[in-house]
Order: sequence, then C-alpha cells, then structure tokens
Amino acid sequence: MKKHQLVIFGAAALLIMFAVGGYFYKQQRSKKTQAMAKQTESPLSRAYAQTLGPADAKVVIVEFFDPGCETCRMFAAPVKRLLDSYPGKVRLVKRYAPFHDGADKVVQILEAARLQGKYWETLDLLFEGQHRWADHHSPNPDMVWQLVASLGLDMERLRRDVNDPKILAIVRQDITDAQALGVHKTPGFFVNGKTMSSFGLEQLQALVAQEVEAQYER
Amino acid sequence: MADATDSVDTNWALLFACWLLVSAASLGSLFFSEVMELPPCTLCWYQRIFMFPLPILLAMGLFPFDAKVVRFALPIAFLGWVVAAYHLLLHVGVIPEGVSPCSRGVSCKTKYLDIFGFVSIPLLSLLAFSSVITLLLILRRRLA
Repeated sequence: MKKHQLVIFGAAALLIMFAVGGYFYKQQRSKKTQAMAKQTESPLSRAYAQTLGPADAKVVIVEFFDPGCETCRMFAAPVKRLLDSYPGKVRLVKRYAPFHDGADKVVQILEAARLQGKYWETLDLLFEGQHRWADHHSPNPDMVWQLVASLGLDMERLRRDVNDPKILAIVRQDITDAQALGVHKTPGFFVNGKTMSSFGLEQLQALVAQEVEAQYER
Repeated sequence: MADATDSVDTNWALLFACWLLVSAASLGSLFFSEVMELPPCTLCWYQRIFMFPLPILLAMGLFPFDAKVVRFALPIAFLGWVVAAYHLLLHVGVIPEGVSPCSRGVSCKTKYLDIFGFVSIPLLSLLAFSSVITLLLILRRRLA
C-alpha cells in the first residue's frame, strides 16, 4: 500500500469507528432511559416531582432545568403551549439540574413555595426576573427573596421551609438522577425516555409529535 | 500524483503509527466530551491542549517524510505526559485534593469511566502520551 493511501485509510477507519461507536452508545443509552420511563420509580420518574397535565397522559416530557438558565426560561412558554396543543395527551414533569453556583438555593425557595401551592406562579416570576437575580450566571438568592415577596406567600413559613430536610433530599436526588441520566446541560428533555437527536425547540416538538402519534393514533 | 518516495519504510511506518495513536487519542477524547457528554475538567483541558496539535503536526511530517517533526513533537508530548501523570496521581489519591488546582467547576477527581475497576480517563491519557513518546524516542534513535 502507498503512503497516502495508508493515511487516508487510517483516518477513515478512525472516523468510522467514532461514528459507529457514537451511534451504538446513544442507542444503548436511549434503551436504558426508555425502560426507566416505564417504571414508577427510577431516575427518570420520581413520585415527588412537580407535574403539569393529566396523570394518565401517555406521553411524558421530563425536563431537567435550572431556574438560572436562560435557555430553560426560553423553553418554558413554548413547552406549555406544546402541552396545550395535545390536550390530555401530554404531561410535563419538572426536575432540577441546578448547575449554576447557588442555583440549588433558588430551587429550595421554589420547592418551599410549592408547599404553599404557588409553584408555577413562583417559577414564572423567577424566569421573568431572571436577568436581574441571575445576572452573568451568578445567582443572587437575596434578590430572589425580594422577588418572591410580591407573591403573597407566608414569608415566615417560606424561610422555615427552604431548609426542610424533605426539600433538601429532593434537590440532592434530582442532582444524582441528572448525573445518572447523563444530563450535563440544561434544559435536558426526555420524552417517554427518548432524547432529541440534536438540541432545539423544533426537535422537541417533532419528538413529542412522534410519541403522541405512536401512543394514540396507531 | 504519488512521488518517487511513496513507498513505506520502517521510519515512515513508525511515524505513521505515532500519528494513528495520537489521532485515536484525540478522537477518543472528543468521544468522551461530545458523544458521552462528560464535561472535561481543567487538567483534561491541559492534556487536550498538548494532544490535539499532534495529529496535525505529525501528519505534516509524513508528507514528505521530515525527521525534524520528532524534535517538534517530543516536547509537546512530554508536557502532556507530565499533566497526565499529575492527573492520574490526583485521581488515585496519591496527591491530596487540597493541592488540586480545580476545586471549582468540574472536579478533576470525578471518576467518570471505570473499566475493569482501574482503567480511568487519566490512565488512558497517560498510556497514550507514554506510547507516543516511546515511539518518537525510538524514531529519534534510528534517525540519529
């Protein structure tokens, strides 16, 4: 064999190994998460998680998010619209992946507000004021406290609840699960355990459409 | 068009083996970060800085064969080896975490990969740098 042929052959072999390996790795991981999605208790399904939509919906979107993440904010409204476009068929499960420093404190405030029945109001407010309290990716919990004061929550109870061992356990479990599922970037979406081939709102919409079709219109 | 020297001799084959090795190591590193989505820690990045130029540098030495490439590649590979050795010692706990330069962000002690109970990413990196240095040293002896 000639020199240049050897090099071309070598480079091609390495690149093919990379592509084939990547394909099988993703397939393998997808199989695992799809199996998890069918279980009642797994890293992908936790009974404690906040949900939106009917419990008997056959399409379940699990979203790992960070309240300080800008892309998570941008996805919030479109994902709710996505649920509305398939009434009764899609459910959203909110899980936490607080990757920004100090974001776990903000998650604790959100979970404490949930105990007072104001989860979605608080989350909307957090996203709305995100540019202020999470400026330059460094969450400022003091500003979050000022922000949530306008929600009419029992602030004394809220301050007590943020350090509730149950809430701390939820945050810890979600972080562990995110790691186990290979969620290293937010938002991380799973639709019935399936992930998007590449990240984007259109890809998410397509995946949900595909799952709704598979579950309801066969 | 192939030139008159387009047939393989031992020196060229050795350099080609080096190139294959560093190309595989670079792609493997990209596999960890891009396919498995494992975030590279600071020490991983320094090793990547010394590994990623090697496939390009060595390829330049292959066409046409240029002995000088050994001189240019060795110090880069050696520095990569030093970082990899430090990382592995940190990983197995010989160097305490207190002197680790990366206590923030992704910890260099996080064990992502564990094959047969002892094969970790820093070990793979050290093996790659050690092998390429060995091959380059053999080549340097033959060319001297």
